[in-house]
Amino acid sequence: MADGRKEPKSKYTLDRGMPGAFEGETVTRRNLMNLTAQGAGIVAVSAFALPALGFAAGSALFDRPPATWSPVGPPEDFSPDEYVPRVITAQHGIGQVGKTTAYVRKFNPDVDSPPNPPGIENEFIALSTRCMHLGCPVRYIQAAQRFVCPCHGGVYDFRGDVSGGPPVRPLDHFYTRVRDGQVEIGPRYSVNSEFRRFPSYRDPGEDLDGIGQYMYPGRFSTPKKD
Amino acid sequence: MKLPLPPVPTALQPKPKRPGEGERVKPLDQVKEAGVATVDWVDERTSLSGAARWVMFRKVPKGTNWFYTLGSASLFAFLSQAVTGVFLAMYYDPSITNAYESTRHLTNEIFLGEFVRGMHRWGSSVMVILVFLHMARTFFFGAYKYPRELNWIIGVVLLILTMTMSFTGYLLPFDQRSYWATVVGVNINGTGPMVGPFLSDFLRGGAEFGSTTLSRFYAIHMLLVPGGLIAMIGAHLYLVTRLGTTAPPWLRAKTAQKDTV
Repeated sequence: MADGRKEPKSKYTLDRGMPGAFEGETVTRRNLMNLTAQGAGIVAVSAFALPALGFAAGSALFDRPPATWSPVGPPEDFSPDEYVPRVITAQHGIGQVGKTTAYVRKFNPDVDSPPNPPGIENEFIALSTRCMHLGCPVRYIQAAQRFVCPCHGGVYDFRGDVSGGPPVRPLDHFYTRVRDGQVEIGPRYSVNSEFRRFPSYRDPGEDLDGIGQYMYPGRFSTPKKD
Repeated sequence: MKLPLPPVPTALQPKPKRPGEGERVKPLDQVKEAGVATVDWVDERTSLSGAARWVMFRKVPKGTNWFYTLGSASLFAFLSQAVTGVFLAMYYDPSITNAYESTRHLTNEIFLGEFVRGMHRWGSSVMVILVFLHMARTFFFGAYKYPRELNWIIGVVLLILTMTMSFTGYLLPFDQRSYWATVVGVNINGTGPMVGPFLSDFLRGGAEFGSTTLSRFYAIHMLLVPGGLIAMIGAHLYLVTRLGTTAPPWLRAKTAQKDTV
């Protein structure tokens, strides 16, 4: 070993002096048995653990209920200057808990901008009462023309844009349409501070301006807009 | 490395019989003999007495004071939560239509229901407070330092699990307060970048608060987290027994001074 280099190791287990080695083997029976047993254990555990994980998280992350439309009254009921509260069922089959309030009015060209991106019916504006700070229900106060949240003091103006407090983006909207002489309220969508529409609605507290729209990705699937 | 077992204290060592008393067998001696024989029978097959001695008869540093009982107090609070929780589960119905009604029923109409639920409800706050005090004691006494860092880490995991228990348990009475508190709590989870939206969907069992949310919180509160808590408490206690407790810092400062002089 004058040049200080090691001789390359033999690929045969016997030459390497491994315990339990036989002539001509490159893997000892002991190692093979060990790996087989460990591998079988991993397969067996995965066989119940992975489906269980998928069961716990899969439908929560991937399933979306179908879009439903609730009629809330004839178009004459709504004016462009005043909000009318309407209770709709957002989640079926769970009683009172599944209901939510929407504030509905007619599109007002003086304050409202056309839908961005275009392509939806926008004759009526329906705002969700879910506060965009952490999800408490806001209330509309006609005298002040403001939405006010009771939990942490979020305030929104007539359009639903943030005018004070901790909320990170304007109030969510609902899709609206007129069918059979009735205004109907459909699925929810989120908007950012420029009132750009995000069809896959985000949870409260998730900023949708600038880097926020990438930090808070939409859901894997969204209900089709019918 | 195998350490020698600490000696049995003299008070617990068997005393030699007085001369001349060997013949008569009193009934009390017979009972004692039966007890010793039973313990011996188990010990011969399990060698548990060594482990019991290892756990119980430990050397404790000088200056140990009442602050050192906060860990045991947290453990006691956990035991109280576990026992009352198991019995509350016998009356509670985790369905969205019956949760509130069954909570009202067990509180107002079941014998001692208000007491047991009160123990569980207030005990949860007591446990969080005790865990924090225990953590503060460990921090201010410098008891997290080598070789006890791993026990500090396990303690942090225990703190997180305790907070998870508080968060998931808060929803179960299913009144207005618990509903909105959970809405807010889940949305706070949702504000985490990248993973937040998926975490909040996982917690709710979907995009909206629904019937799965309650049963999911119940399963996490009843089965998932308690298992983790018990395992982590076991590891925590093992390390406490193995490494021993630390002397208070003012006492160590005194010995260090003496060494330098």
